[in-house]
Amino acid sequence: MTTEGLVRPDGPAKLTGAARYAADVPAESALAAALVSATVPNGRLAELDAAEARDCPGVAAVLTRADLPTLAELPSPPLGYPALPLQAEEIHYEGEPIAIVLAETLEQAQYAASRVRATYTGVREPIAFGEAEDVVPHSGHVLGGTDEEKGDAGAGLAEAHVTVTATYTTADRHHSPIEPSATLAWWEGEQLVLHSSVQSVAVAQQTMAALFSLPPEHVRVVCPFTGGGFGAKGYVWPHLPLAAAAAKVSGRPVRLVMTRAQMFTLSGHQPATRQTVSLGATRDGRLTALRHDSVNASGRAVDYLENTTHSSTWLYASPAIETRMRVQRVDRPGPTPMRAPHEGPGMFALESAMDELAYELGIDPVELRLRNEPDVDPMTGLPFSSRRLVECLREGAERFGWAERSPEPRSMREGNDLVGWGVAAATMDTFRAPSSAKVRIGADGRIVVETGMQEIGTGLPAMVQAVVAETLGCDPGDVEVRHGDSGFPPHAGTMGSMSAMGLGSAVQAAAREVLAKLDGRQGQPLAGLLAESGLTELEAEGRWSPEEDALAAGRSARYSMHTYGAIFAEVRVDADFGVVRLSRAVTRYAAGRILNPLAAHSQLTGGFAWGYGQALLEHSDVDPVLGRFVSKNLAGYLLPANADLPDLDAAFVEDDDRFANPLGAKGIGELGAVGVAAAIANAVFHATGRRVRNLPIRLATVLSEP
Amino acid sequence: MNQDTRLSLTVNGEEREIEIDPRATLVDALRDRVGLTGTKKGCDRGECGACTVLVDGRRVLSCLTLAVTVGGAEITTIEGLAGEDGEPHPVQRAFLESDAFQCGFCTPGQVLSAVGCIAEGHAGSPDEIREWMSGNLCRCAAYPQIVAAVSKAAVR
Ligand code: FES
Ligand code: FES
Repeated sequence: MTTEGLVRPDGPAKLTGAARYAADVPAESALAAALVSATVPNGRLAELDAAEARDCPGVAAVLTRADLPTLAELPSPPLGYPALPLQAEEIHYEGEPIAIVLAETLEQAQYAASRVRATYTGVREPIAFGEAEDVVPHSGHVLGGTDEEKGDAGAGLAEAHVTVTATYTTADRHHSPIEPSATLAWWEGEQLVLHSSVQSVAVAQQTMAALFSLPPEHVRVVCPFTGGGFGAKGYVWPHLPLAAAAAKVSGRPVRLVMTRAQMFTLSGHQPATRQTVSLGATRDGRLTALRHDSVNASGRAVDYLENTTHSSTWLYASPAIETRMRVQRVDRPGPTPMRAPHEGPGMFALESAMDELAYELGIDPVELRLRNEPDVDPMTGLPFSSRRLVECLREGAERFGWAERSPEPRSMREGNDLVGWGVAAATMDTFRAPSSAKVRIGADGRIVVETGMQEIGTGLPAMVQAVVAETLGCDPGDVEVRHGDSGFPPHAGTMGSMSAMGLGSAVQAAAREVLAKLDGRQGQPLAGLLAESGLTELEAEGRWSPEEDALAAGRSARYSMHTYGAIFAEVRVDADFGVVRLSRAVTRYAAGRILNPLAAHSQLTGGFAWGYGQALLEHSDVDPVLGRFVSKNLAGYLLPANADLPDLDAAFVEDDDRFANPLGAKGIGELGAVGVAAAIANAVFHATGRRVRNLPIRLATVLSEP
Repeated sequence: MNQDTRLSLTVNGEEREIEIDPRATLVDALRDRVGLTGTKKGCDRGECGACTVLVDGRRVLSCLTLAVTVGGAEITTIEGLAGEDGEPHPVQRAFLESDAFQCGFCTPGQVLSAVGCIAEGHAGSPDEIREWMSGNLCRCAAYPQIVAAVSKAAVR
């Protein structure tokens, strides 16, 4: 492979300001839009007084419900929230748009939006998470079953020599990509053109066509670059339909850019979870039962499920496993998947409980995990497509110097620092989705690849170059990748850690076909081959999709197919003030074959930072009286900053999974964020003797009596 | 409140005459009036650093700066960083080599902040860089690579 040290082909554009994101696209005569949002969490809109706003300088229109077309009804997904704004008088959540102001300039639109007055009726006290009934979710967000069972967990716990049962919570969190979502929309007759910040031009195209009752080919969505998404731009959120509707009504292009505050209500969040884990084990540390119950907050009109308990069905050998997931329908904006969904919150609970069990048993936590390594999937009995968790644990431990650890809590003090070492496993489900790409070779031997994929920071253009280079034996620099247009061959979306598998395999198929058509061999100069065949240009389209019997979200029906990792963390806790500092970490991952080492490494260190944020910083609190997120800004909602992160030694162990796809690759976008919070919390316990079961880890908890 | 005023701005060495709403911030003036969209707006309230530009060589948050207040100043944006021959600035080159960006949205701000950080003499060690680059959030968290890039550029 020629990809060691391959730099990103999108780098020069991003480093010079030439890369155009959705809000950057120029449009003559575009109107600037500003949204007016509901200030109550429920009830109905009684009256909207827009007279003053309409009279403000520069205002072209103030659009209310009566002005907008009625849109088709769709579920979530593909919508982020199933009830679209400005379609009914009912208020579904605080922050729901109730009017759109269109003006010549942004300053004018924003000022006029502040002059719109709304009154509401029927507003009742909001219901918060913890106050509603646990219900079985019904929606496309449920992956597999909500309830899974094998053996008799009750009996397994009763027989166990040692048991632990504990309840863990994770906080509401916001994706907070640095690029706020934005849409520039205009109509060319019956043709709708959208430049929008999305994670899937294909999903946006199909969904917008359905909402506006158009054939999909009448909707073009363009998005070569997305300024981060992490899930917030995966499904279709209000900025898309609202910009399109406003453009239709006004007859002019409309640019709608979310404010940072709107990103906290109109692009989803990771909902808080409450999880209870019970583990039973024999004295020598073999599990006899594993029970994992979970409930998460969701909106009143949407059953978004964090599938937190799935990994508990495949991670450890246990004769009895019982899992159960529920949601609570409460007053809040809609949640949505966020890096890392499901296993992200779920593995905090399971891996904290494993640590608790290790202490109860007096067995080293790495050793405890090794003793419960299964031969086949514990729940389904299916073989593993590839599973190198043991290698991750062993290599990570070796590198970290784990053998030097003294197991007693508070036993590794250095001066005023209580030093703690913690470990956790990581695992992530393997979602897969169809993808396609076109490979074209010109007379000069230059190669152009076209794909609907958008470059969102995961390094896909370089990955595409690497795959073409490997297949054709050419130089990666000879490959130009064009991306992010619904006119290009469709790619399911840059989400769910699926892209390298789907797109990579599609590109490989297209490149192979080109070679076959030329009767060529890998490494032969393409220009020459083309000339020999008397051609000036040659193209082929490649497609890939998961095997036909794959389950929902492309999960394998034949193999237990996942990625794995091990996280080793060292914390230093100030003995007097309880301040937790992460001083170093070692991570090892097994995620199939790695196609582009440089970008893959960046994905893992980036993912680690997400786990750090989950562990120590990030929480969005909901005001119990007002039913709204309290801090809709980046001063109150803390993201990891540069100085937060320690020296991190992140690497992959050898892996290759040909059952997942022909390239042997798997997803790495989310894996890096999994297990980090548990490793840090376990390290905090080792440092202080204080078990922290609620994220984020707060000073007050660390200082409180165990 | 719609009395546009005339303003002359010196951006990347070029003087430009624009009509501007006195409420307009420098980031909006650059993007909407001057047509330079390389400067990004991540929060519009001084929290993320995405809008960082250089004003008379100092790093400044352009979303917290009213355009009318920088009429006489030299403004440098990401578009003006390369040499006259188009040769990338050492910081741009180091960012590319170190993979110091992912989605690229915070990147113009990071790059200009790095130029400022080095000029201020705050790039002496990785720890110092981490501290003095912490005003620029990167949700992709390319932080370790950013530190590597700034270290590399600082010695060039
Ligand atoms: S946009 Fe200026 S600091 Fe965030
Ligand atoms: S590169 Fe994406 S936010 Fe920094």
